[in-house]
Amino acid sequence: MQPFTVHTGTAIPLRRSDVDTDQIIPAVWLKRVERTGFGAGLFSAWRKDPAFVLNDERYTGATVLLAGENFGTGSSREHAVWALTDYGFHAVLSPRFADIFRGNSYKNGFLPVELPEDFISQLMAAVEADPATEITVDLQNCEVRGAGLSHPFQIDAGVRHRLLNGLDDIALTLQSEPDISAFEARRPTWLPVTV
Amino acid sequence: MARTLADKVWDLHAVTAGSGGDAGGTDLLYIDLHLVHEVTSPQAFDGLRLAGRPVRRPDLTLATEDHNVPTSDTLLPIADPVSRIQVETLRKNCAEFGVRLYPMNDPGQGIVHVVGPQLGLTQPGMTVVCGDSHTSTHGAFGAIAFGIGTSEVEHVLATQTLPNARPKMMAVNVEGDLPAGVTAKDVVLAVIAEIGTGGGQGHIIEYRGSAIRALSMEGRMTVCNMSIEAGARAGMIAPDETTYAYLKGRPHAPKGALWDEALLAWSDLRSDDDAVFERSVTLDAATLRPFVTWGTNPAQGVTIDGRIPEPASFADAGQRGAAERALTYMGLTAGTPIREIPVDTVFVGSCTNGRIEDLRVAADVLRGRHVKAGMRVLIVPGSMLVKAQAEKEGLDEVFRASGADWRSAGCSMCLGMNPDTLAAGERCASTSNRNFEGRQGAGGRTHLVSPAVAAATAVAGHFATPEEL
Repeated sequence: MQPFTVHTGTAIPLRRSDVDTDQIIPAVWLKRVERTGFGAGLFSAWRKDPAFVLNDERYTGATVLLAGENFGTGSSREHAVWALTDYGFHAVLSPRFADIFRGNSYKNGFLPVELPEDFISQLMAAVEADPATEITVDLQNCEVRGAGLSHPFQIDAGVRHRLLNGLDDIALTLQSEPDISAFEARRPTWLPVTV
Repeated sequence: MARTLADKVWDLHAVTAGSGGDAGGTDLLYIDLHLVHEVTSPQAFDGLRLAGRPVRRPDLTLATEDHNVPTSDTLLPIADPVSRIQVETLRKNCAEFGVRLYPMNDPGQGIVHVVGPQLGLTQPGMTVVCGDSHTSTHGAFGAIAFGIGTSEVEHVLATQTLPNARPKMMAVNVEGDLPAGVTAKDVVLAVIAEIGTGGGQGHIIEYRGSAIRALSMEGRMTVCNMSIEAGARAGMIAPDETTYAYLKGRPHAPKGALWDEALLAWSDLRSDDDAVFERSVTLDAATLRPFVTWGTNPAQGVTIDGRIPEPASFADAGQRGAAERALTYMGLTAGTPIREIPVDTVFVGSCTNGRIEDLRVAADVLRGRHVKAGMRVLIVPGSMLVKAQAEKEGLDEVFRASGADWRSAGCSMCLGMNPDTLAAGERCASTSNRNFEGRQGAGGRTHLVSPAVAAATAVAGHFATPEEL
C-alpha cells in the first residue's frame, strides 16, 4: 500500500448528504473481477447530468472531495474506494462516514477525514469562489488546512501508523500467528464447520 | 463489570487486545464463519495468489452464488458474459483454495444470508463476516455479524481474523404488542426513520423489548438485516427459546452432548441488567403502522396512512435538499396520500424478506385473488431450500394462479446486477432493503415495504394493506 503522509491538492465540492456507494459506483460495475479501471464508473449515473459538479471543468484535476454527511453509506463494495482513487482522489472530507466505507478507505491508502459540518461548508464556499484553492490533508499532524483555515482531526493511532508507513495489514496480523493458533486450540468443539 | 451481549461475544473472540501506541485501540478478532459470494471475492483471492498465501480455514468458509444469478432459465448459461465470468471465477477460486461452494441449481444455493441460517451454520455467540453489508442479518441469533470490504475478505481468508476497534453499544427497545398487520419490516423501517441513516454509525445495535422477543427468527433476521440502513456496524438480538427451537436439528447445529454444552454457553449470552449502552432509543410497538418509503434513502419513510412530505417541513437544510432531490427522482408530489400512488412492479424477495415466512404472508394475501392488470409481480425465494419448501406447501400454485411470477433463488431485483431490473421510470413496491437512486435499475423508483403490503399492493395497483382488499 502507498503510504499517506501529507497531501495537497484542489478540491471538488459535492453538496449532497447520504452519498451512497450505489451512486459512487453503480452495481453494473461490480461485475468486474479486477481491482483497476473503476474511475470511469465513478458517479457514472450522476455524471450523465451535465450540471453535475464532476462535469464542471473548473474542478478538473481536483484530488480532494468535499462532501455532505454520511458519505459512503450503503453497500460494503470496496469498488467505491477503488473508483475514487482510480479517478484521482486522495482524500474525502465529510462530517460523518459510513463505517464500512471508512474501513475500506484505510485499506487503500485513501483518507476519509471527519470534520465539523461548519468547517467543510467554509471550505466548500472557498472552493466554489476560487476552484484553484488548495487544501492540505496532513496525516502527520492530523490537521486539514486551506483557504486560510485549519482544523485538527482524529484518527485511531494504529490506523494512522499503518497509513503513514504504508504497512500491509495481513503481514502485520500474521506476526500474531502463534496467538491465533493458541486461540484456535481453545475454541469450543461444538462450533460448526462448513465441510 | 457489567457487559452488554455484544461485549460478551466480542470478548470471547479477542485473540489479542489493542495495546495502544502504534497498535492503536484495535483488537484482533477471531472469525467463526466467513461467507463468500462472487461479487466481493475475486480480487481477494487474487491477492492471496499474488502473496502465495493459502486460505487458513476453508472449513470455516462457505461460498454461494447469489448477486449475479438469473432467477429464471437457470439451467442455461448466464447470458451476460461479464456476470458469467464473475461466477466462473468464484467456482475456479473455490476449487483452487478448497472452499465449499453452493453453485447455481444446487439444492443448497441461495442468498448468502439465507443459506447460513437455514443450514444452522449461524449460531449464538459467533462472529460472522461476509463481503456484504447485510451480513448484519445473522445478528438475529445473538452473533456479532458485519459486512466487510474486499481487502478484509482477503484478510479473513488469510488469517481467519480481523483487526477491529470495539464499536460503541446502542440499545433499541421496542416494547409492547405490534398491532395486527404490522411486521418486523415495519419495525425496522420505523427504527431507521427514528434514528436516521447515520444514527447507528460506530455502534452495534442490540434490539430488545417484548415486541422483539415476540418475533420469529425470520422476523428477527429482517430487523437485524436492515441495521446497516441505520448506519450501524451490526445488529443483535439475545438468543432465547425461539432461537434454540429454530436451530435444533438443522444440519450444522450441534447434536447430542454438544448441543447441551452449547446451550449452556448460549445461556450466558444476554446483556447484564446493569450493562451500559452509549445510546438508547425506545419505540412503542402499539403505535407502529405499516411503513412505506417515499425517498431515496431508507430513512425517508412514512406510514401507509401518511402523505408525501413537504421538503420545507424539514428543519435541517441537508435533509430538506435531500427531500427535494428525492421527490424529483421519484416523480412524486408533496402532499400526495401514499395510498394514491400507482405502482407497476412488485418484488417479494431478498435477504431482507425472502424467507419461507415472508412467502407464506404474500401467499395468504394473493390466495384466491388476482394481481392488478398490467402489474409485474416477482416472487423470488431466498434460497433453493426456501423454494422447495414453498412448493411443498403449494405456495407456487397460489402465486401463479394470482398472475405473479414464481422465480428461482437469488438476490434478483434487490440490486440491479442480474436480469431482474426496473426500467427507467418504473415504480416498485419492494420488500428489499435499499431505495437508493438506480438501485433496482437505472432510473427505477423503489418503495420499501413489508411482504404483506407488497402483496396487497400487487392486487390493488396502489399502496395498500391486506385489510383493505
